[in-house]
Amino acid sequence: MSDTTAGSLPSDISARSDIHDPYRIGRSAGGRGEGHGRDATGRGEGGPASRFVTVTYGFWIFLLSDIIMFSAFFAAYAVLSGSTDGGPTGRSLFELDRVAIQTGLLLTSSFTCGLGSITLHRRNMAWTLIWLLVTGVLGAGFLLLELQEFSGMITQGAGPTRSAFLSSFFALVGCHGLHVTMGLLWLGTMMAQLWVKGFRADLIRRLHCFNLFWHALDIVWIAIFSLVYLLGASV
Amino acid sequence: MLGKLDWSAIPLDEPIPLVAGGTVFLAVLGVLAWVTVKGWWPYLWREWITSVDHKRIGVMYIVLAALMLLRGFIDAIMMRTHQAATLYGDGYLPPEHYDQIFSAHGTIMIFFAAMPFVIGLMNFVVPLQLGVRDVAFPTLNSVGFWLTACGALLVNLSLVIGAFARTGWLPYAPLSELEYSPGVGVDYYLWAIQISGVGTLLTGVNLVTTILKMRAPGMGYLRMPIFCWTSLASCMLIVAAFPILTATLAMLTLDRYLGFHFFTNLGGGNPMMFVNLIWAWGHPEVYILVLPAFGIFSEIFSTFSSKPLFGYRSMVAATLFICVVSFMVWLHHFFTMGAGADVNTAFGIATSVIAVGTGVKIYNWLFTMYGGRIRFDTPMLWALGFITTFTIGGMTGVLLAVPAADFVLHNSMFLVAHFHNVIIGGVVFGAFAGLTFWFPKAFGFRLHEGWGKVAFWFTMAGFILVFAPLYFVGLQGMTRRLQSIPVEGWATPILIALLGIFVMIIGGACQVIQLVVSIRHRDELRDTTGDPWDGRSLEWSTPSPPPAFNFPHLPHVEDAEPYWSIKQRAIEGQIPLEPLEYQAIEMPKNSPTGFVTSFFATLIGFALIWHIWWLALVGVLGAYVTFVVFAWRDQGEYEIPAEEVERVDRTRLEARRAWYQRREQVA
Repeated sequence: MSDTTAGSLPSDISARSDIHDPYRIGRSAGGRGEGHGRDATGRGEGGPASRFVTVTYGFWIFLLSDIIMFSAFFAAYAVLSGSTDGGPTGRSLFELDRVAIQTGLLLTSSFTCGLGSITLHRRNMAWTLIWLLVTGVLGAGFLLLELQEFSGMITQGAGPTRSAFLSSFFALVGCHGLHVTMGLLWLGTMMAQLWVKGFRADLIRRLHCFNLFWHALDIVWIAIFSLVYLLGASV
Repeated sequence: MLGKLDWSAIPLDEPIPLVAGGTVFLAVLGVLAWVTVKGWWPYLWREWITSVDHKRIGVMYIVLAALMLLRGFIDAIMMRTHQAATLYGDGYLPPEHYDQIFSAHGTIMIFFAAMPFVIGLMNFVVPLQLGVRDVAFPTLNSVGFWLTACGALLVNLSLVIGAFARTGWLPYAPLSELEYSPGVGVDYYLWAIQISGVGTLLTGVNLVTTILKMRAPGMGYLRMPIFCWTSLASCMLIVAAFPILTATLAMLTLDRYLGFHFFTNLGGGNPMMFVNLIWAWGHPEVYILVLPAFGIFSEIFSTFSSKPLFGYRSMVAATLFICVVSFMVWLHHFFTMGAGADVNTAFGIATSVIAVGTGVKIYNWLFTMYGGRIRFDTPMLWALGFITTFTIGGMTGVLLAVPAADFVLHNSMFLVAHFHNVIIGGVVFGAFAGLTFWFPKAFGFRLHEGWGKVAFWFTMAGFILVFAPLYFVGLQGMTRRLQSIPVEGWATPILIALLGIFVMIIGGACQVIQLVVSIRHRDELRDTTGDPWDGRSLEWSTPSPPPAFNFPHLPHVEDAEPYWSIKQRAIEGQIPLEPLEYQAIEMPKNSPTGFVTSFFATLIGFALIWHIWWLALVGVLGAYVTFVVFAWRDQGEYEIPAEEVERVDRTRLEARRAWYQRREQVA
């Protein structure tokens, strides 16, 4: 200690071979060229992540924001579900049979969507298109039943303008329906592209994102099914 | 055919909006004609309008923000002069016009001045600081910018066609419902904010992905520059808060267009829910704006004190603390609306607690300066101005956080003075500081120091002169948004505020002069090294302005101040400044998708405001076709050949070597 003067710093400091890193935490150690290689890409320490990771990760973030938007509509429904203004209640309006079929259609479409992604991995064009088509048809069936429900309610005089409860119901379920519609449009466009362009890297990424989207809509639907329909029909 | 639109929408009988609108219209026409005569359209289209380069998009965001800042400032001048005039007469703004002015002022300043300014700086700086070549989704970035521009266009269109909202910057229901606001004003607000809000959300998603997934090798989370941290926090807040705004405004839109009953008085609607929902977005929004400003100041304090930032980790912790707690304080915006003592107490405490996070930051900045070798360049002046005024603004905020005090001060000019104190002192000063700090990086020459300092002192003095009296007049009971104040007792403070606004006008003029002078003297102000401020983070290792690809090789990061250690090693001769091997670089191709989408979005917005349903349908179809065309393209990237990369980098290394040699000779 006593002989350490300005002129005789330990050689490793002057050579900067081992720079002290005050912010070092955990596994990612400081030395040049080590500690952040192949095993650290996920956290970005190994340099920018691959295009596939970036795209799907970004889409995840978007889905989170979408779910927050749904949660605002759920909150509005929770606040307004009792405000029927003397009009019909969920108990008199909701037909659980139809909702059960809708749920079946949507969940099955998610399953076929998953099958589509397996065939996609095998680069089997015919089966990929078939499964995506089945997904789309099931989604369209779901939408048809929803439109039938909506038009039935409106002709009964239980449209969204009748009461705050019905406003929030139509907005929440309708918002989900709108998402399914956009999903079908997206799916159709992508199927056409897949048919024309084949298994291109960007299409595979987008199909992966579509899978995430479709499953997220399932999750939202399950919340709608239990919180809106099951609770509403029993109260 | 044209829905509600006819000639009565043009305010031919109101001279002020007509003249103002006409002047703006002629000015825009003049600029367009000038560009056409000069033959700049191909250049503008190729290099800017269709650009997906994060640097170019950042610059365009800031140009948009500066224009809108001017527009909002003119509104502010009108309000201050009109109010002062009503001390002695009728003033010159009739009530329905005055109400539009304060609504437009708030809307424009928050959504189209502060937001684009902050987003523009993040866009420009973050990829450079992270040591990468672009953001995660370059084309989406361009779409986000142009959607924001579309929102700004719609708001300004309301000046000449129809009218703007008279409901304040947040259209509280039921006032904003069709029954009480039957005109197109609220519709202009709704569609402008909805469209630009989508743009902001896209930017948020984009930057969160960029920061979490695209960093130079070795840049762990705790090696990111603090501006990247605050940008990350701000963008996470965008992702978490803006969807609430979208949903809330969608509900109000359904109420107004389709007769829903979310916030109406009748049909079981709940107006209080609007206030709750809008502030569940609105309070995080405050931190979306100010967190990046905190990041800018952190960079500036450390750079101009020639020291590493004090308490880097506590800064990160404080940032994330604010990020989380910002979602737990929204009710303090309406303590007086009857939530009850227990609820008010909980939110009052949460509001006081959030100030702790900011307090940590203030002390960190002070300790960063302590013992440092401080240089008082213009960015540092803005930072010092910020730390004094923001502390005062923050303390009045803590005062307002006490529910009992808030019952007295709610909706008063005291509140107005408080939030201007934090927004101007925090966000606007931060934007100006960041602008002066990074301007040489963007354009290759510095802003003129002398004019910058004059601008700072006038702005600072004017700012204090305007808002200090408003605290007093607020304590005396003056409420906000008053169209007429024939009260003798308020005359002195209101007149001092009037004087202040003229001093601020001088400050603003000095900034315009500064820009003009700097452009004319750009050769003397040239930044040849790329490192004009003796910087510490990676953006200063690139030449000014940086090439399209930013970095020929992704830098290897070993600590929290990567460029500083690179520089020290270079000075010590540890890094030979010899060119390495170069490879071709693939960069995203420019795309008109953003501009075209935004064109159709403008059509949709305008058509829906005026109930021109067929035009809205055309817009939707057009937007869909644009997306399909974009999705269908085969080649998304172009290649910059290795020779070009080498040429650019050799020039940079040359300049560096010359600079280090000069340094050595001085030493």
